[in-house]
Amino acid sequence: MRELALNILDIAENSVKAGATLVCISVRAERGLLTIEIADDGCGMDAEFLKRVTDPFTTTRTTRKVGMGIPLFKMAAEMAGGTFRIESEKGKGTTVRATFELDHIDRAPLGDLADTVVTLIGGGCKSDFRFEIGTEKGCFEFDTRELKAELDGVDISEPDVLVFVRDMIKENLMDIGGERL
Amino acid sequence: MKSIADIKAIRDKMKGQINLRDNKDAEQEIRIVVGMATCGISAGARPVFNAFVDDVASRQLRNVKVTRTGCMGMCALEPIVEVHIPGEDPVTYVHVDPDKVRKIVANHIVNGNVCTEYLIGEERK
Ligand SMILES: Nc1ncnc2c1ncn2[C@@H]1O[C@H](COP(=O)(O)OP(=O)(O)O)[C@@H](O)[C@H]1O
Ligand code: FES
Ligand SMILES: [Mg+2]
Repeated sequence: MRELALNILDIAENSVKAGATLVCISVRAERGLLTIEIADDGCGMDAEFLKRVTDPFTTTRTTRKVGMGIPLFKMAAEMAGGTFRIESEKGKGTTVRATFELDHIDRAPLGDLADTVVTLIGGGCKSDFRFEIGTEKGCFEFDTRELKAELDGVDISEPDVLVFVRDMIKENLMDIGGERL
Repeated sequence: MKSIADIKAIRDKMKGQINLRDNKDAEQEIRIVVGMATCGISAGARPVFNAFVDDVASRQLRNVKVTRTGCMGMCALEPIVEVHIPGEDPVTYVHVDPDKVRKIVANHIVNGNVCTEYLIGEERK
């Protein structure tokens, strides 16, 4: 993946597939560290499966198909001098957290977070999302539950709504220097 | 700077149009489905999704929904897009990019002519 925002989209898609009602995505850049967290209240995984999902190559014989999304995100973090952690509980939910050294030469850029947000909240999925983006210049929050309340029945995935949300996020990111991360 | 409260103007505009639409052709919705599995995302599905959103919004196409799905079963052909027009067979486009999106919207969605050059087996490099 060329951008961490693409990893965020991919990992949050797991949460949607896991039937999450709420997916909380937080991106923080402070004191030389970029921290990305994706937390959901979806179906979760048991401990044994969780181990296989993180290390598809080091674990023996997989009986269930495991994908590349989580390993790719883990690799991106570890390549950039960071850490990766995934916690999950069956029936409760899953939290993925990765850190990156902001100035590490092998850190992928954050990239286009606004496009990632639009792709997630559009597309007709049932989950709600809460985004928190913080830099040393400030913090920006966006919650689809608040947007839906304002929309009063108009579908959030109407293209006009999505274009508005993309512009709003771009402006707010720009204000806190989040577009250059 | 824009905030969530600024959506009100768009909401009110949409509401008027949605009422008209519900009465007329609720079943006539065109669906564009973009594959958004890991392989699709890394091949460029996100800009494709966003290009559809932009084109449908700027042309004010009122009966078109852009949606996403997971694995479409053909990693090597991603980004993959399906176009579902009511009463017609679904059409699958492969190796889609934002330029192709504009042609798919103009030729297929608006004018009803399938872009045969983007179908499976037809893609030129
Ligand atoms: N947030 C989550 N909640 C529940 N299960 C998850 C979650 N994330 C991943 N999984 C499980 O781990 C598997 C591997 O995830 P991933 O590496 O992203 O590959 P893929 O999504 O292509 O299968 C998923 O298929 C799913 O079974
Ligand atoms: S994993 Fe690539 S199309 Fe399914
Ligand atoms: Mg995945």
